[in-house]
Amino acid sequence: MSAAAAAAAESVAAVAAREVSKAFGGVQALRSAPFAAAAGEVHALVGENGAGKSTLIKLLGGRLPPDSGAILLGGTPVRLSGTADAARHGIGTVFQELTLLPWMTVAENLLIGREPRRALGPIRRGAMAPRAEAVLAGLGITHIDPRALASEISLAERQIVEIARVIIRRPHILLLDEPTSSLVEREVAWLFARIRDLSAAGTAVVFTSHRWNEITSIADRITIFRNGAEVGTFDAIDEDEAITLMTGRRVEALYPPLPPVPADAPAVLEVANASLDGGSELGFSLAAGEILGIGGLAGQGHRELFLGLFGAPPLPRARVTVGGARTTIARPADAIHAGLGIALVPEDRKGEGLLLPLSVRDNLTLPILGRLSRLGVIRGAAERRMSREIIARLGIRTPGPAQPVGALSGGNQQKVLLGRWLLADSRILLFYDVTRGVDVATKHEIYELMMRLAGEGRAILFYSSDTEELAHLCHRVLVLRGGRIATELRPPDLAAEAIVAAAMRDADAG
Amino acid sequence: MPADPTSRPAAHRRRPRAAHILGQNSGLILAAAILLLSIIVFAGMFAVQQGRLPGDFEITSTVNNTMPLALAAIGQTIVVLTRGIDLSVGGVIDLTNALAAIFLAGSILHMIVVSLLIVLAGAAAGLINGLLVGLGRLQPIVVTLATLSIFQGLAIRVLPQPGGAVPAGYTSFLVNTNRPTALVFLALAALGWMGLRRSRLGVNLFAIGNDPQAAIALGVKAVRTRIVAYTIAGALYAVAGIFLAANATAGDATTGDGYTLTSIVAVVLGGVSLFGGRGSAVGAICGAFITTMIVNILFFAHIDPLYQSFYEGLFLVIAVVFGGLIGRLVRSGR
Repeated sequence: MSAAAAAAAESVAAVAAREVSKAFGGVQALRSAPFAAAAGEVHALVGENGAGKSTLIKLLGGRLPPDSGAILLGGTPVRLSGTADAARHGIGTVFQELTLLPWMTVAENLLIGREPRRALGPIRRGAMAPRAEAVLAGLGITHIDPRALASEISLAERQIVEIARVIIRRPHILLLDEPTSSLVEREVAWLFARIRDLSAAGTAVVFTSHRWNEITSIADRITIFRNGAEVGTFDAIDEDEAITLMTGRRVEALYPPLPPVPADAPAVLEVANASLDGGSELGFSLAAGEILGIGGLAGQGHRELFLGLFGAPPLPRARVTVGGARTTIARPADAIHAGLGIALVPEDRKGEGLLLPLSVRDNLTLPILGRLSRLGVIRGAAERRMSREIIARLGIRTPGPAQPVGALSGGNQQKVLLGRWLLADSRILLFYDVTRGVDVATKHEIYELMMRLAGEGRAILFYSSDTEELAHLCHRVLVLRGGRIATELRPPDLAAEAIVAAAMRDADAG
Repeated sequence: MPADPTSRPAAHRRRPRAAHILGQNSGLILAAAILLLSIIVFAGMFAVQQGRLPGDFEITSTVNNTMPLALAAIGQTIVVLTRGIDLSVGGVIDLTNALAAIFLAGSILHMIVVSLLIVLAGAAAGLINGLLVGLGRLQPIVVTLATLSIFQGLAIRVLPQPGGAVPAGYTSFLVNTNRPTALVFLALAALGWMGLRRSRLGVNLFAIGNDPQAAIALGVKAVRTRIVAYTIAGALYAVAGIFLAANATAGDATTGDGYTLTSIVAVVLGGVSLFGGRGSAVGAICGAFITTMIVNILFFAHIDPLYQSFYEGLFLVIAVVFGGLIGRLVRSGR
């Protein structure tokens, strides 16, 4: 955007950033970025992870102060001392990392800072839940219990509460940092309806997403970021062009071609009588070199299935056969050592796999330390060589193997976790929504990696909340509904629409 | 689903309200149950040996002996809720106990002023902890370990030898030896807690303990809240020191030392999570009484006082393991 255009946009904008910069340590997260969003506008920020979108949202939301430049509200520069100060200016932010307080109830979380009070000031604790219930119902949410603790509800429900908490304050400026990352279609539709209500009432909405179809369906304007700099603002732009701008290079086809599964490929994982909800049972078989997709609406037992196959906690009564031998998986150690080795790459990297303060190298070699050690002492040279190899092979973007994993971007953390299991030579990989919140370029790398792994004869069980991914990356897709396999889809019937249709059919009756 | 509110009834898959209350207060309920059990055991042993149930004298002395610990445990609870821990309890009680024994005298007005000044001194001690933890971003355990020694040293300066005196009228007002009137002060403390629970500060305390980063993102002033938490705790330790002096009618600059550990024991028995964000001062008061009841029970069981701490520790381990099991049962039962 030219300087004159930027100045003009600033003056009419509800919220604007003038040449803001922000650095973390040695990393320049934002470089004199201009940005402006007008009242009543839905403005999408897109770019790879680490492009500076989240940093810009944090600056606009008062979470961080800019190193230089200014934030303008209605054309006037303001200094925001914190999120509470921003709220006084009518700015509400849904941050990427969820900010629900786990041991407080949904009602306490929803109404924090605006609790119902008596005349003399004390909070009416008894009135919290009914008030929350009414507020949620007003937004069309009736399935979340306001008396439950935040830690007791599902990730998608937490995200909805998080969004609801911000929008019930009716902000003039609504900032949403990847609000849809744990939502399924219907919940996204709900969110977009709320966004349209707000923008129709004059709220400026800024949001980030990695899902292109969401961006095109809701955004009035799109601003693209790359490496901390704004590279352009558009009223409309097609996906290929946007990806080129985001990545600075062309990504040919987003989805690489699937390697064929040999007809005589042996079944490496067979599951029978697995019960995900204590009731109905399911079974399936996974062949070497096959990518088997698991689809369906959230809360249909995917998580239980994936964690169960990893023994965390185990599936009750399930009969699991790994590489032709009956196996009991009671804990993750059993899965890791089972016959061919079962590995789980979950979406919640910090909660279920990585030790964030430890180095990339320590995280990579954790399960194979026994093999790497001589008389209980780790062979440092071998450890360093192996971790360097895997960093190169997976293209993990890190300054070095000694970097703490917590300092890497989400997609690269995902690769570290995957690298760990490749070092352990696991032949059965459970990928649970591994691309959630991962930028498009890293997604592409993960896709190519999956194809390579399948080509090497590894078996992959793949769940994704993105049905397009399931449709393009899997040999077969099993759609779960109510703890059962509702449908099995194979090409040519395998398409995103078919998966959604199978997932939704009779969803309410079932 | 949210997009279609009419498709599901409002009470869709709700757990009953009672289940929420039980599950979310399991620590408090367990503490009350253990307290009840220990009272029954004590009353039983007392009845067998004395031929009567515990009367006014026993109840009064139990309440009076527990007062300092109960107050210290409430202070500790407030700090622990913010994911902190306060080891300086013993030092603050030593110091305020010594001050009380020396300066409490004269007219009622004079004693009121002195008492308020002592509480302020305790608050100042807490403020130092709070500033170091909040502004200095130092680890609470290190800060309060250091200030524990400092306050203990100051207490010895103030009162080198056990002595001093607390006027009889002051004693009978706080810890009447004939009737358990001190319970009134506990009731006031519990009321104060309920008020705190319903205030902005209370919400902030819990929010910080739940998730400090999230709390800051929600606009909670974390530094200020921490400082206030330690300051209130210091004031409560000072009240504990005054009660201790009143109960002993004299001062000793070392009698408070034990309260550092026993306040933590009471907090744990009271179901307050040492990881912060969960717990109640009412639970901590129960925990304090459980601690006293254990001592009473050991006395009536004719256990050599030398082994007292052994049994106290054993009981603590059992209670914590038991509490953990119950918590897990409650969680898995849903």
